[in-house]
Amino acid sequence: MAGQPQREPKRPGTADPPMVRIALIAIALAFLALFLFIPVIAVFAEALQKGIGAYFAAIADPEARAAIRLTLMTAAIAVPLNVTFGIAASWAIARFDFPGKQTLLTLIDIPFSVSPVISGMLFVLLLGVRAPLGGFLAAHGIKVIFAEPGIVLATIFVTFPLAARELIPIMQAVGSEEEEAAIVLGAGGWQMFFRVTLPNVKWGLLYGLVLCNARAMGEFGAVSVVSGHIRGHTNTMPLYVEILYNDYQFAAAFAVSSLLTLLAIATLIAKRFLERRVVPAKQEQDNLAVKVAA
Amino acid sequence: MSIELRNIAKKFGDFVAVDNISLHIETGELVALLGLSGSGKTTLLRIIAGLETPDTGEVLFHGEDASAVSVRERKVGFVFQHYALFRHMTVFENVAFGLRVIPRRARPAEAAIARRVHELLKLVQLDFLADRYPSQLSGGQRQRVALARTLAVEPKVLLLDEPFGALDAKVRQELRRWLRRLHDEIKITSVFVTHDQEEALELANRIVVMNQGRIEQIGSAEEVYHHPANAFVYNFLGNVNLFHGRIENGRVFLGDTAVELENTHAHAHPETGKAILYVRPHLLEIVMKPNGKQTFPATVKSINPAGPQVKIELVAEWGDMVQVEIDHERYQALHLEPGANVFLRPKEQKLFVYSI
Amino acid sequence: MATNTKRNNVLPGFGLTLGFTLAYLGIVVLIPISTIFFKTFTLTWPQFWAAVASPRTIAAYRLSFGASIAGALVNSVFGFIVAWSLVRYEFPGKSLIDVMVDLPFALPTSVAGITLTAIYAGNGWIGRYLAPLGIKVAYAPLGVAVALTFVGLPFVVRTIQPVLEDLDQEYEEAAATLGASRLQTFVLVIAPALIPALLTGFALAFARALGEYGSVVFISGNMPMHTEVVPLLIMSKLEQFDYAGATAIAVVMLTVSFVILLGVNMLQRWSSRRLAA
Repeated sequence: MAGQPQREPKRPGTADPPMVRIALIAIALAFLALFLFIPVIAVFAEALQKGIGAYFAAIADPEARAAIRLTLMTAAIAVPLNVTFGIAASWAIARFDFPGKQTLLTLIDIPFSVSPVISGMLFVLLLGVRAPLGGFLAAHGIKVIFAEPGIVLATIFVTFPLAARELIPIMQAVGSEEEEAAIVLGAGGWQMFFRVTLPNVKWGLLYGLVLCNARAMGEFGAVSVVSGHIRGHTNTMPLYVEILYNDYQFAAAFAVSSLLTLLAIATLIAKRFLERRVVPAKQEQDNLAVKVAA
Repeated sequence: MSIELRNIAKKFGDFVAVDNISLHIETGELVALLGLSGSGKTTLLRIIAGLETPDTGEVLFHGEDASAVSVRERKVGFVFQHYALFRHMTVFENVAFGLRVIPRRARPAEAAIARRVHELLKLVQLDFLADRYPSQLSGGQRQRVALARTLAVEPKVLLLDEPFGALDAKVRQELRRWLRRLHDEIKITSVFVTHDQEEALELANRIVVMNQGRIEQIGSAEEVYHHPANAFVYNFLGNVNLFHGRIENGRVFLGDTAVELENTHAHAHPETGKAILYVRPHLLEIVMKPNGKQTFPATVKSINPAGPQVKIELVAEWGDMVQVEIDHERYQALHLEPGANVFLRPKEQKLFVYSI
Repeated sequence: MATNTKRNNVLPGFGLTLGFTLAYLGIVVLIPISTIFFKTFTLTWPQFWAAVASPRTIAAYRLSFGASIAGALVNSVFGFIVAWSLVRYEFPGKSLIDVMVDLPFALPTSVAGITLTAIYAGNGWIGRYLAPLGIKVAYAPLGVAVALTFVGLPFVVRTIQPVLEDLDQEYEEAAATLGASRLQTFVLVIAPALIPALLTGFALAFARALGEYGSVVFISGNMPMHTEVVPLLIMSKLEQFDYAGATAIAVVMLTVSFVILLGVNMLQRWSSRRLAA
């Protein structure tokens, strides 16, 4: 998200007095230490409270493994779907003119302005046993709410805009000239897509994928509402953390948390790596409006 | 206030921007720093202003070392290439800025500030725009506001960084004349940076021709144009033709044909004997028959009769492209057409030859 | 690189992509969202009002809004300082810190929640120093504010950073040549250019904090009338199968969120017009 700052030589006209500089840096570091670094250290410290043996036992626990499996499966379904949507939407929006484009963009952003609890609630209202659709499915033996499908659906909902919001400005910035050239040279639609379009947006695509994945694996609030918290079955890792914690199994809770924290850090690193390669089309300010409720 | 630069040098990483420059500017002079991008002219200007610190050397204002004086205290007026007008302030507030930031004790009353601002806006003929925002002004208007803002704090020196670079040709010419008149009126020591030799020649009392961080020549417009110190200066100021030739026995030969050019200041390369002859387009005559040892054959390629002179492009016998400018009467008399074979002869006896 | 949005007869796939986009959007977003409106219409007005204006709900609004504003304010001040330091200064570990600022985005909220609780509980890392001073963070409104500060942290920093980076330093140099001190330059020249970004960051942090659940549910203790925020209240009603009540309150929250986002969009459009040079 940060652009490439110019490393300019020192310009006396814009330099702050040394005392001011040191004070501000100190304040910034203190603030970040308090809110960022101490929590990260705390996760690992608490996880290892009972020693390394207990740590690995907690992670290898069958319920933990079920949670990990569910998390991975959910992401494996939600992310490709939303990324495909992102590609389709960005193509339609960036390459063509049609009425209602702005409305479409606003609609795509909806999941972001919705609180996670409300997101989950939507699916309970829609697919819970009392709802018409839910009742219909239940009668046919298909359980959605308080079962895995509900979790996947809720995750798809909350991560819906992430890939699209990254891809749309990229697609716009890259421009259609190369694609037109490909068509003129006789390429078919899919050939053009795989040989020209995708390579040009690949970094934006990966970036959207990373964000989508992080959110899909880390979502808690929405999934909490639809899951029913049935141990071993309908818990993703973030939910499992909650269960362990409420059971006073703190070290285990933090052990699972440490895995999620490592995932978060890996996501941050991947983000930074990819940011540098993404065409800085529209400013990230627009994209931030999109990350409101998480 | 006079400005003196002694042995100024500045590097950015490995790039040498200013390479040991010394320069003296008299009070009230209007001096141009002329050169290409990367010649160091803007860096030098910013060093005078205090916006960059030189690696070595001193800047003296009126004989006093200003190296320790901060930008704030130097009392230099600086006009930026893109004006740097404060977007969120009106024209009035922009011009008033320098007066409003004076420490409370020395600050003039608001009424006095308002008077001065209007005075200056009238000077730049923009009083009627006092309540507008910079985004509502044209480029030329913004430039004048920037000037008014700089003059408000009564600087001792006025520095301008490519002041007209971002403007249309016509506006540029108008503002040039306007700046000249302004300078005649207030006689403030002024230094401006430009890559436009026409601008430098027209405006400045003295021109400092810069190249790769060094000064090639300092002199009046007349001096640098008619008596260039070296090939770079000759090439940079005004249009010029380059002829590749050889020097033998103190004479220049162009191409296989022995076209002798006598009375030249000829310095050939000691080993290869090669040289380049420089001739301005309007200093070449077109004749239909060979006429003495200094004429050489050429073929007309294209003719451009639009403009105060007729511009003709030819190919010399030995392959060099030649640009010639002649007046319309001569052109009518010659009945030239593309493909015509003619002869060219340099008008001046004294030619410039530089070895390569 | 041209931005080409002309209705393009050469490029294929319009029907396919737009069709898929609309269909997917409809299924994933529009249908679920519409259920809440349908549900709302099944509520009677007294039902709606009872849920939305009960004392417990009002207490939740107060805490939610109060703590969210507090968090957003703290982030505005300190986030600004962080952004300024990252853009203007050099110091060891700067790149690491720049990467880590996004942690609240990437970290699952339940992890954040239990960690903050562990830190600020009476016997926690920091809580143990505050307890003797009588400062209760966990299981108190203050804890909610702390959690909401955490979640909003990246918003202000990341909104201001690009604006600061793009800020042409010539304006500061111009102010300096005109005799302004560094403080004057900051107040009169730099800050006005940053206000729109600051406001946007504040609004985004605020909106995010309003809807936050996971980070808050552990540290707050969920005591109704005391440390219950609106998302927790909704969750509570859902667990009791009071779908009507939950829907009513959710509708209020959604309306507020939309209004905020609308405001942010307008703010961004206004500021880009006003400050276009």
